[in-house]
Amino acid sequence: MIKTEPAIRKYSELAIPNADLLLYGVCPHPLHCGLGLTIGGGAVFPEVNFTLPPMNMTDETWPEVVAHYEQMAEQILRRAASLAVPGIVLEFELLPPMTERPEWGAELTALLKRHLRAYYEKRHLAAALRVTPTDIRDQLKPPLMRTGQPWERLKRSLELCAEAGADILSIESIGGKEVHDQALMFGDFRGIVFALGVLAPRDMFWLWGEIGDICGRHPGVVAGGDSACGFANTAMQLAHQKMLPEVLAAVVRAMSGVRSLAAFERGAVGPSKDCAYEGPVIKAITGYPISMEGKSASCAHFSPLGNIAAAMCDLWSNESVQNVRLLSGNAPEVFTELLAYDCRLMNTAAATEGGALRLRDWMTVSDEWMSPQAAVLSPAATIKIATAIVGADTPYHQTIAAGRAAVEILKDGIAQAKLHLSRKEQQWLTRIDEALDGLPQDEAALMRDLEAQYGSLYDKASYGF
Amino acid sequence: MAQCKELYEAILDGDAKKAHAVTQAAIAAGTEPMTLIAESMVPAMDEVGRLFEQEEYFVPELLLAGRAMKSAMELLRPLLVASGQKMSAKVVIGTVKGDLHDIGKNIVASMLEGSGFDVVDLGTDVAPEKFVAAVTEQEPQVVCMSALLTVTMPAMKTTIDALKSAGVRTRVKVLIGGAPVTLQYAKEIGADGYSENAGGAVDLVRGLLAETK
Repeated sequence: MIKTEPAIRKYSELAIPNADLLLYGVCPHPLHCGLGLTIGGGAVFPEVNFTLPPMNMTDETWPEVVAHYEQMAEQILRRAASLAVPGIVLEFELLPPMTERPEWGAELTALLKRHLRAYYEKRHLAAALRVTPTDIRDQLKPPLMRTGQPWERLKRSLELCAEAGADILSIESIGGKEVHDQALMFGDFRGIVFALGVLAPRDMFWLWGEIGDICGRHPGVVAGGDSACGFANTAMQLAHQKMLPEVLAAVVRAMSGVRSLAAFERGAVGPSKDCAYEGPVIKAITGYPISMEGKSASCAHFSPLGNIAAAMCDLWSNESVQNVRLLSGNAPEVFTELLAYDCRLMNTAAATEGGALRLRDWMTVSDEWMSPQAAVLSPAATIKIATAIVGADTPYHQTIAAGRAAVEILKDGIAQAKLHLSRKEQQWLTRIDEALDGLPQDEAALMRDLEAQYGSLYDKASYGF
Repeated sequence: MAQCKELYEAILDGDAKKAHAVTQAAIAAGTEPMTLIAESMVPAMDEVGRLFEQEEYFVPELLLAGRAMKSAMELLRPLLVASGQKMSAKVVIGTVKGDLHDIGKNIVASMLEGSGFDVVDLGTDVAPEKFVAAVTEQEPQVVCMSALLTVTMPAMKTTIDALKSAGVRTRVKVLIGGAPVTLQYAKEIGADGYSENAGGAVDLVRGLLAETK
């Protein structure tokens, strides 16, 4: 018997029902957070993310680690201030050892907040600090999600970072990934749907309940949102390398919106994570602000979404860059400058009559039909996928509905000769379409069907079964 | 021979059940294991590799073909061992200590397996001493290490140093890979090779083993 965990908030209609209202920089529920920052209230701000160069992280090297973060924070904020950036978010993505030892992550959180506060007080730079501990719960096989030392450490990391000065808590959670990885590699669409539509939302509901509790105990700290990075971005990268079909990655992207929505159903208020390219669907459904990344995140990874990703963003991110020396300075401050100019252009356009819509449409049209991944990310496609999700009753059915919507968008693109796909890609699209038709109505039936294939990969108690 | 053709097609189609059944029937009919390998399995996997190279196959087709070949091999392996035939080269693979990323490593492992190598997958977060133990106990010809994080890359060097300290470094070729890893880094830490993708890793293993013959 499958137990159903109640969601706090069920979205049955879109907060932004019209594609023309789905614009960058604005949303129905702007977020006031951090040091005088309002996200989604009319302007797009840079979200700068940074990491260490190759190095060991030990007790002996810790002072060197701290020095890197001191340097990165100072250089990023100095460059932002010199460019008169009106507001900024720093994202501190903890590396695994910093989550394993929660005090390390908390020490760096406090360090970064000290820098932000200094610039806020001296230079009036509105700012917020997003802190994203690593989801380290997949250390055991099968992973234990709700018990055990990895979860206890992750929970403590979230607690200590909240105490140390985080304004926004986020995570790239991995519930369901243990099944999704294998299903994805074998192109097993039923396994993919089970992972994304049954396991992942169950973990999200539970995990974001926990994160919401932590935020509730720390006034001023907000539950930001999650990312299907380990699912949809993995698929996107493998598709880029011609290892997986592009159409499969695009459908996985659309379906992943359901598991990421669960964070908001459990009380997250945004901004959703930068690498969550499913963010626009979240924004359309919830009305909360989102962070996105595209062309200025090419330091971290390829995407076919360089311009279109900015079309509906409220924060604009570089994803991650190592603290290495470039000609004009260290990479984190260099990418701060790129983001600052991207945001300035968007905000300048938005200040003119009809300018935001015009620029948004240019950013959309320039990428939209260049890849299946971009085709499911346009404002119009976003509304179709979001509408399909809110029209279904359970995460399982929502996931199937999102998949169907994505397939229809891709088929329409092909029919109108806008989207050009190889014969092999088109065969896969047909295969996915048929697989969607063949899914059982009941998620328990799917779970039974897949037990022999995937049952040993996941711990049932970790998902409330 | 009809059974050889059927096995070839079953592998190409990634149909493990059929590959198993055809192999079983062929053995019962007295077909030599080496005949099935030489006339069906090797040509089938070569064709799968060619289709993958030409972007006609994606990884799922490749892995399903590998799974089909494995199901046939399960039946043939005991017969080959009993007749004293030499088995294929062995590869030990794992993601280094502190790193939990495994999808890239899994692809390389599956592609090596599909290419006929005997693969021992140590999983993720593999300590140097575990690699050393695997080399000592499993006697592989190749060790493959993966890392996705800049802060776990140094564990590759630590592992190579551990292999040296244990006196087993010269027994194996060591290959490394992963998003932040470079050829230069491979040279710096004394690895024998680096590949930026899974297909390249298989070619690299083949090339290094050919050199040692």
